[in-house]
Amino acid sequence: MLSRTVENLFWMARHIERAENTARVLDVAHRTSLLPLDIEGTEAYLWYAPLNITGCAAGYERKYGLAKADTVTYYLALDPDNPSSIYTCLKMARENARAVRSAITSEMWEIINATWLELNRVSAQMEYEKFPDFFDWVKDRSHLFRGVTLGTILKDISLSFIKLGTFLERADNTARILDVKYHILLNENDSVGSAADYYQWGSLLKSVSAFEAYRKIYRDVISPLRVAELLILRDDMPRSLHACMNEVESALIDINGSAGKEARRCAGEQHAALHFGRIDDVFTQGLHEYLTDFLGHMDSLGKNIRDAYLSRRDHFDNLPIRRVVQSQQQITT
Amino acid sequence: MNMNTKNYFDEMRIDNKTIRDIYQRYQHWQNQLPIGALERKSAEAELLFRRLGITFAVYGESTGSERLIPFDVVPRIFSASEWNRLERGIKQRVKALNAFLHDIYHEREIIKAGIIGKEQVLGNVLYCQKMQGVDLPNQVYAHIAGIDLVRVAEDDFYVLEDNLRTPSGVSYMLENRKTMMRLFPELFASHAIEPVEHYPQMLFDTLRESAPAGVSDPVIVVMTPGSYNSAYFEHAFLASQMGVELVEGQDLFVHDKKVYMHTTEGAQQVHVIYRRVDDDFLDPLVFRPDSTLGVPGLIDAYCHGNVSLANGVGTGVADDKSTYLFVPDMIKFYLGEEPLLSNVPTWRLSLRDDLKYVLEHLPELVVKEVQGSGGYGMLVGPTSSKKEIEAYKQRILSDPANFIAQPTLALSTCPTLVETGVAPRHVDLRPFVLSGKEVRLVPGGLTRVALSEGSLIVNSSQGGGTKDTWVLEN
Repeated sequence: MLSRTVENLFWMARHIERAENTARVLDVAHRTSLLPLDIEGTEAYLWYAPLNITGCAAGYERKYGLAKADTVTYYLALDPDNPSSIYTCLKMARENARAVRSAITSEMWEIINATWLELNRVSAQMEYEKFPDFFDWVKDRSHLFRGVTLGTILKDISLSFIKLGTFLERADNTARILDVKYHILLNENDSVGSAADYYQWGSLLKSVSAFEAYRKIYRDVISPLRVAELLILRDDMPRSLHACMNEVESALIDINGSAGKEARRCAGEQHAALHFGRIDDVFTQGLHEYLTDFLGHMDSLGKNIRDAYLSRRDHFDNLPIRRVVQSQQQITT
Repeated sequence: MNMNTKNYFDEMRIDNKTIRDIYQRYQHWQNQLPIGALERKSAEAELLFRRLGITFAVYGESTGSERLIPFDVVPRIFSASEWNRLERGIKQRVKALNAFLHDIYHEREIIKAGIIGKEQVLGNVLYCQKMQGVDLPNQVYAHIAGIDLVRVAEDDFYVLEDNLRTPSGVSYMLENRKTMMRLFPELFASHAIEPVEHYPQMLFDTLRESAPAGVSDPVIVVMTPGSYNSAYFEHAFLASQMGVELVEGQDLFVHDKKVYMHTTEGAQQVHVIYRRVDDDFLDPLVFRPDSTLGVPGLIDAYCHGNVSLANGVGTGVADDKSTYLFVPDMIKFYLGEEPLLSNVPTWRLSLRDDLKYVLEHLPELVVKEVQGSGGYGMLVGPTSSKKEIEAYKQRILSDPANFIAQPTLALSTCPTLVETGVAPRHVDLRPFVLSGKEVRLVPGGLTRVALSEGSLIVNSSQGGGTKDTWVLEN
């Protein structure tokens, strides 16, 4: 498959996943903002979290200064100036899809294209009260895209690259949410088991659709250790780091190819660490340090993948069959 | 001049009361539709096209702007016998044009025979010196040709122009059919309509036959200038329909006079390139050095016979509007046959008498640039103001040899859904002709329609629309 094609497939999937994740983060911020202030703290305090998770704080401050509900929401959801906004992500996803229209199914293209057309329609007249519906819509479109993809695309390496983009992005996002939220939570609350604690951890879990899973698995008060365990080590939790790395590693094995040795090694190592890791060790190292390390590894894995598959260089060393060309006659022109 | 459409051949109506045979069943169906039904279907069609993203970019507008080509829900219908005649004429013409291209890049018999002037061929800016003596598989240069036809009477068709470089529009032919079948399945049940959906398979067969000698299972790709090109949708569409890679210049490289593409598995050799990139941009080492769309060394690999390009390089010399004049002579010379399709009478403004006549009759004529295409830069006398005519006259005088003139043809009309209901509008027809080991085409082609009343310009870049074209089975 063409390197440029897989590059676009990879980024198409990443952009859609990123749009969904941003919608999740914002959704939870909105819900939390409805709680009494003494539980969550000041408005600015609350609204820095989504900015930090998505890595958009610096860009936001340059444009708007202090974090406020409406401007943060707009900046992360619809602002075309923000390279990570939902708007920009869905736009980029469509650009990627358009560049590889012949490599995706027409149903996939239609979902992405219709999403983009609809986004332009709704974003022109968005009222603040409507944002929760908008976040649901973004999640729905992402679910729909994933479903259509699995239901229509040939199971060849193009699907593997789509999975790779999706789960690298998801792992990255889950790690960030955990890191940022955990900071906030630890600083604010000493009283484990309080009502505030319940809501705050609850909102974190909800942002990654893990609240119900938590109740089901632990049936107990929400504790930081268990939240971390659920989102890092449990492989049955679809947005946990472990589950994401399961998918990343298997996608890389399916893709194979002699150029990808380093990427496979790197993914395998991370996967093994999650597979055999213990939550006590994570906390001994320090959760923040652990997650920082993890994000660093994801970053270098991304680079390895780019070098091995996405960049265009002359792979002459691994030409499958190279016929020996006998004397070439020069044709005069 | 009276632009009343009644003066034109109407493909549906002989007069107010009489419907031509082939349209009778359709008209009967249309008469029974509830009021507003066609309009609703038309809106539905627009939604379908928009959702599918069947759009084109218009040059000169802000980057990234995408527009739909208006689709008209009223089909254009040909009978089997009408089509048979056209098909033979089209195949004949394309065979002669390919023979001409082979000849001028080899022995130049037609020049030696005094049928066409040496200067006309070798002095043409589209003549490609690099191609002299290069042998192509099947001696085919124009693998995909678009022959633009207009009709002026029941039995009178003219070839308006030949498109032998990178003719586009075939995806609209296919999507129009798909859309019609979705909107009006009952019409397809009541009419026996020749299918066109196998075009991509025919194209694939043609490309496979055009592979370099000795390559039995060629790797075929479609090459596009990129997603901002006006015809990008079509490039992607054809690649996916054929199941081949859609590549850009940056995906290809040349090593040891062979062409490879960058894949996740490393380099893979490419044998046939259906390129939708103009000659000038193909290879910065040979043509425009500033081209970033092309592949350095591509032409060298091509001339060594290691890769086939479809269409071949240097075909423009044969579809140039001044060479057009000689196509009937080519048919006689190469095939020993009488031309089945006529040319439009044409004045060459490089000739003194012709120039004089044309300048005196500008308000009646259509004047075109010899190398122009897409309806840009032409003058339609009868619909132009005095001021426009005067300005165009100055352009002609600055370089008369760059222009040809033709009478304003009474293009036939077809019923078309417009704001005021169904009304006659002028149409043309572009069949797509494929040449490999044999010459093939699907029945019909792309009908383009000028949507504004009285307009004779059907080009999509000038606000024209398209129709589904039916050839009825016998």
